[in-house]
Amino acid sequence: MAAFIQLFVSGLATGAIYALVAVGFMLLWQTSQTINFAQGEFVMIPAFFVLWAIRFLGIDFWPAVGIGVIVSLIILGFLFKRMIVDPMIKHGVLPMVISTIALSIFLKEMVKDFYSSQAQPFPGLIPSSDLNFFGAVISTQNIFILIIASLTVVALNFLLNGTRLGRAMQATAQNPTVARILGIPVERMILYTFLINAALVALASFLISPIYLAKFTNGDVLGLAAFIAAIVGGFNQVRGAIVGGLVLGVTENLAAAYISAQYRGAIPLILLIVVILWRPHGLMGRAEERTV
Amino acid sequence: MITTQLNRKTFLLASALLAGGLGLGLQAAQAADPLYLPNVVELSGPGAVSGTNWRDGIILAVEEINAKGGILGRKIELENLDTQSDAGISRAQMQKVLDKNPYVVLGPVFSGSVLVDMALTSQAEVPEIMGGEAAAITQKGSKYIFRTAFGQQSSIPKLANYFRDGLKAKTVAVVWVNNDFGKGGRDNFIKEMAARDIKVVADISTESGQADFSADVVKVKGANADAIFVYTNEEESARFLKEARKQGIKTPLIGETTLLGQKVIDLAGDAANGVKGHVGLSADAPIPAVQEFAKKFKARFNYVNDHNGIKGYIAVYMIKAVTEKTGKFDSKLFASTLHGMTIKPEQEPGILMEATWDANGDIDRASFLAEIVDNKQKIVEILPKLNK
Repeated sequence: MAAFIQLFVSGLATGAIYALVAVGFMLLWQTSQTINFAQGEFVMIPAFFVLWAIRFLGIDFWPAVGIGVIVSLIILGFLFKRMIVDPMIKHGVLPMVISTIALSIFLKEMVKDFYSSQAQPFPGLIPSSDLNFFGAVISTQNIFILIIASLTVVALNFLLNGTRLGRAMQATAQNPTVARILGIPVERMILYTFLINAALVALASFLISPIYLAKFTNGDVLGLAAFIAAIVGGFNQVRGAIVGGLVLGVTENLAAAYISAQYRGAIPLILLIVVILWRPHGLMGRAEERTV
Repeated sequence: MITTQLNRKTFLLASALLAGGLGLGLQAAQAADPLYLPNVVELSGPGAVSGTNWRDGIILAVEEINAKGGILGRKIELENLDTQSDAGISRAQMQKVLDKNPYVVLGPVFSGSVLVDMALTSQAEVPEIMGGEAAAITQKGSKYIFRTAFGQQSSIPKLANYFRDGLKAKTVAVVWVNNDFGKGGRDNFIKEMAARDIKVVADISTESGQADFSADVVKVKGANADAIFVYTNEEESARFLKEARKQGIKTPLIGETTLLGQKVIDLAGDAANGVKGHVGLSADAPIPAVQEFAKKFKARFNYVNDHNGIKGYIAVYMIKAVTEKTGKFDSKLFASTLHGMTIKPEQEPGILMEATWDANGDIDRASFLAEIVDNKQKIVEILPKLNK
């Protein structure tokens, strides 16, 4: 039982990271029809902004985290929208997808060339220690990840559903034409979504890098996991992305321990296939109809 | 008539002088030509730690040799090509460099890539000096493949003896990485355990590049083995150790060079303390030449090398020693000369430790039992050459 609790909590923590990334993925799709295949690299790179600031500016960890957040908002939020999404989106979804794949390769190579191809230790946001819970050893880092991810989701939910700004963003997501008629500054709302996504991936990066170590390939796993989580949970609901992320994290961990360590990589894909066959709109998503 | 004879003599003499002159000119031109030395290695992907160390060891050796005038008067022109830790890309890169007719090729480090590339180098009859440790590499019959480190068939028996005699283990758990390196090590280890009546109670495969080891550590813990053998690449070793310490594993964690390397210590921090195992090469070996190399490496690249750095360094000095012995740049002669050859530090200081290559290209040399103490690798015992 102790082992099960341990695996479950560890899976929830990993799943919470997937959920944060998947939420950003889903928000971009909802507001601007952007499928961002560089989302994994977006999670990988903020940790390197921090390490870069520590190494080259010679500043302490926390000021470096501040710089990491600001640089992420500028590059992964503002510049990503202005330099890639705005020029490409008018040509349809496919050129956009190819552009983000190219961006993911560019970001990986950039980190490799300008920082290092080797994994780097990344300081934890809190000191690492362990708690003993009915024989299960649970890391405080995992608990911290769960708390921070939950608070972030609650805050995001409040922003989207409890504020005028959030409702304007939702209106933009649901029907930009009508939103524009109603006087909502649609372009600005879309920009806010990109900034929120940049903040989410930066947070995910700072939470996951102490465990995964900062490495230019980290995005490969995280990007795929977030994509699967968003589809499993439902591509059109924030709560769907959260559920998808958590289900995926826990399933991966339990499957590796109790089903097969060799086929652990296949389990999320099997889950994806089952969900698509059973509920094509995801566990929590709603069915959408579009005129073609 | 006399005039004709004179003319003929003059012509012959002039021709001989011209031919001689041209020959000397060509020889001088060849001596001045740089020696193309390609290095196909893992500079990105899961093998980047190993590959970067290997490359930097090579760069250091090339710079030293070039500063002293090169090999037989020819300076080395090094080209590094990235395999991206992918066997397919490695093969493509190897084909690319073979098209340039190199004298010798270096790399890769990942056994899976070596197993794919070696068919090409064997066919092209170009010696390949590489860092792979999978046992299968030198069992394929290639006359052109040479190791810079022990193959698993040499290192695992030394380690197996330690499980039996040092740890007195009756049961053991094996954690291995599911690639050619890991599978080869795991297969050899299980065979050696069976030969020593030690029972394998858990056999856990992990993935290359895996980040979360909680499930694996839970399984290892549940096995209640007397000792745990960890055979994964450096980054995964560090992640495994961190998770093992987090879950409070007290069972001895034993491994090979990839568990006790400097990069593992850097990444795992205190979690690496207490780990023991067999290392074929170590920057902390109590051998002055190796320690001098480690100092030079640190000064040049600003990080502490691991065993792959030493492997890369001696690979270049192997080329120097063999070429100076044969006196020419002949690939086939190089391969036949290195088989059965012993290079001693007295003859070639860059070789660091006396080493012998057998007919298969396997290396024999002294090795070490080591332990991580206070975030440093400490050599506990020097194990002599197998055939000494």
